[in-house]
Amino acid sequence: MCAQSRAERDSDAPGGSAAERVPEPARTVLDGPEMQRALTRIAHEVLERTKGGADVTLLGIPSRGVPLAARLAERIERVEGRTVPQGSLDITMYRDDLRLAPARALGRTEIPPEGVDGRLVVLVDDVLFSGRTVRAALDALNDIGRPRAVQLAILVDRGHRELPIRADYVGKNLPTSLRETVTVQLSEYDGTDAVLLGPAKPRAGAESPAAEEA
Amino acid sequence: MRHLLSAGDLTRDEALLVLDTAAELAQVSGRSVKKLPTLRGRTVVNLFYEDSTRTRTSFELAAKRLSADVVNFSAKGSSVSKGESLKDTALTLQAMGADGVVVRHSASGAAHRLAEWVDGSVLNAGDGTHEHPTQALLDVYTMRERLGRLDGLRVAIVGDVLHSRVARSNVLLLHTLGAEVTLVAPPTLVPVSVHTWPCSVSYDLDAVLPKSDVVMLLRVQAERMHDAFFPTAREYSRRYGLDGERFARMQDDAIVMHPGPMVRGMEISAEVADSARSTVNEQVANGVSVRMAVLYLLLGGS
Amino acid sequence: MTHSSAAYLIRGARIAGGDPADILIRDGAIAEIGTGLGAAGAAVVEADGLIALPGLVDLHTHLREPGREDAETVASGTRAAAAGGYTAVHAMANTDPVADTAGVVEQVWRLGRESGRCDVQPVGAVTRDLAGAQLAELGAMADSAAGVRVFSDDGHCVSDALLMRRALEYVKAFDGVVAQHAQEPRLTENAQMNEGVVSDRLGLAGWPAVAEEAVIARDCLLTEHVGSRLHVCHVSTKGSVQILRWAKSRGCDVTAEVTPHHLLLTDDLAESYDPVYKVNPPLRTAEDVQALREGLADGTIDCVATDHAPHPAEAKETEWATAAMGMLGLETALSVVQHTMVDTGLLDWAGLARRMSAEPARIGRLAGHGRPIAPGEPANVTLYDADTASDIDPAALASKSANTPFRGMRLPGSIQATFLRGVPTVLDGKIQ
Repeated sequence: MCAQSRAERDSDAPGGSAAERVPEPARTVLDGPEMQRALTRIAHEVLERTKGGADVTLLGIPSRGVPLAARLAERIERVEGRTVPQGSLDITMYRDDLRLAPARALGRTEIPPEGVDGRLVVLVDDVLFSGRTVRAALDALNDIGRPRAVQLAILVDRGHRELPIRADYVGKNLPTSLRETVTVQLSEYDGTDAVLLGPAKPRAGAESPAAEEA
Repeated sequence: MRHLLSAGDLTRDEALLVLDTAAELAQVSGRSVKKLPTLRGRTVVNLFYEDSTRTRTSFELAAKRLSADVVNFSAKGSSVSKGESLKDTALTLQAMGADGVVVRHSASGAAHRLAEWVDGSVLNAGDGTHEHPTQALLDVYTMRERLGRLDGLRVAIVGDVLHSRVARSNVLLLHTLGAEVTLVAPPTLVPVSVHTWPCSVSYDLDAVLPKSDVVMLLRVQAERMHDAFFPTAREYSRRYGLDGERFARMQDDAIVMHPGPMVRGMEISAEVADSARSTVNEQVANGVSVRMAVLYLLLGGS
Repeated sequence: MTHSSAAYLIRGARIAGGDPADILIRDGAIAEIGTGLGAAGAAVVEADGLIALPGLVDLHTHLREPGREDAETVASGTRAAAAGGYTAVHAMANTDPVADTAGVVEQVWRLGRESGRCDVQPVGAVTRDLAGAQLAELGAMADSAAGVRVFSDDGHCVSDALLMRRALEYVKAFDGVVAQHAQEPRLTENAQMNEGVVSDRLGLAGWPAVAEEAVIARDCLLTEHVGSRLHVCHVSTKGSVQILRWAKSRGCDVTAEVTPHHLLLTDDLAESYDPVYKVNPPLRTAEDVQALREGLADGTIDCVATDHAPHPAEAKETEWATAAMGMLGLETALSVVQHTMVDTGLLDWAGLARRMSAEPARIGRLAGHGRPIAPGEPANVTLYDADTASDIDPAALASKSANTPFRGMRLPGSIQATFLRGVPTVLDGKIQ
């Protein structure tokens, strides 16, 4: 019954490979101020594309999508002067690779009291990779209600899609090799804001949970 | 962990993982689509050698909410009642490709035996007078929901401890999670080696009640008096039953639990059973969430 | 079995662990003992480094025939006995039909004679059908061709104090002994294992030590009162040892046996819920094991008896509560006793020989067994290699059943040869 810790999850990695690690000589591709600017830009894009965002609900995908959704909500509020419903949507039970690893601990699902029926739900995650996480999120959302539309906001799009999925809002497009790892650090979890790119470590079993959350 | 046979097998982290998972899964019961795809294509067999509609239904619902295929295999009317051995039944289930077997049996250790004979996961749904780990998990879950903590919680378990699988599992699990357990029973109904258990023992309910955050009542079979465990049901009730007067002397926020089915009048008076501080019905609801969590954690991974 | 009149020269065996000597066997008896004996016409058995023991005698064997030939037969059980170094076994009365008449005991006795591998001395039931209500025809069994001297309701306790008193008195007429299975029935209703920490944790109904000890105390006092002879089967608790010590100090004519499994195994083995560890009386605690070893060493317990109890696989491959009680013992007894008593320094080989051969033969009044290895004595001899060790493999046992609790354990020693009145029943480690 030993479940994997949340931070080890990497469902979005192509081929279902799990648990990429923080590489030692990792290169910063997005620093703190750049990340702030990217989020601000996304917030404005959401408002533009949704014509003021009156029916927007932000749902972060645990774990790092959740604080990103909160930051977007905060920015939208600052601009519009009203609160944006936001919550979290755990996709663990909808993953297509559950059988490949020991049972995982669940993340939190917190749907705002307004629910999702008729809303424009913007899913928020840190890295878009294979697209499988988003596929699972769409399934999970479907069991909760019927949004008017669903959009996807992502901090880093590193390519290598395995499903016909694309992001509506992208903080940074980051061309990567499959051998590389993308690590998103957020001050809420990691004490600092940064996106790191490094070479993949050979998969040597479960070491300390990496900060990577694809 | 491949099986859940004893509450004592769970580490603190594992037990908390079950409770946390159950708390997340509890949301599913409040949705319009009360189903998750997680165990699609997996087969769960409910193998019940004892009648227990309550527990079987709870497991069945839990498995179905996770999209597992559920087969109910009850002893009555099956080859089991025609004398088929537990081992042969196990091999039959094995051949049917059962991924999980939920077993209720009157013999202590039946789940352990079964676990040796099948490849799938075995969930002990009550074995004789040994253990009932999912009951303890749902009890502990209910305590945490109601009282917000487990560490240092003072829990009195009252009744036929000697023959109670619920008591055994609860003592082990509550100890693992940092609660302080006091068993309360006539001396005839506690095991001889109870001093080696991680709990204290009292023969005096009135002394324990005011110091308890939780009072858990166990089922007491009136037939026990024929084996001289106590003189009469009336005397038992007078000394160990939870009536309105005793209830009034409990702490204001203390809760009353019962694994069911209750014997009203003997173990618990109707007014106590029906009071807002009785968690009997919550326990039933929480049972489904906890069993979903256990099924997911045992069968959901590789 | 064609060598009945052959002669054997056993060369260099250490008799009861003493200095190496040659043993010449001729015409079923020990002809000569010495060094450098000539081998004229005799088959030579090299026994360098082996220990020669008087053929072992078991006071407590379940051969299952008649009635449960699927578990064991006299033929298979006596093969197992020979393989374990035994030359005589007492066959318990709880067969189907029960050995409670002269007819049944003579049948078992004859089957034993036909097997030729080991003498079979039937034990007669104390009460008819082991029901504990009415005495069986003890005198008729004593007077039968089987010459029964040991009477036991083993598996059941003669719990009625008056009936026990009468049985003890009655067997005085023919120098019989009542072998009591000491178990207070009301205290052990549905009992599954030793009552204590483990049973409480496992939720298995307990078999308290006091249920054995109380009956032993009562029976010792009864025996003393009527001036008879009592034997206590399979003593299993520390308290029982203490009571026996006290009774013997008062002069009570009581003897007692302990099983190999009670000398080695403890109740925590039940944690697996594997009924191969289910036995009556149950496995007890480490403290009890230690007291039993000390009791056997100081003579409080007179002998080792196997309580060899074969059961077919289906009787053990079940839930604990429905499984049959009992364990195999004949083929592992000597190894277990070496391991627990000799290798620990509690007994020397002479002491072991007394407790596994001389004493059980004396208690059972079994002529021609339990005699010292000396010129003129019957050639019942076991050659034992104490310096080897092997893993116990149930499939390799001669018994029809496989319910050995020692499976997979590494135990010392191996039986190299067994001679029954000069005839090898085991030679070169193989059953003949």
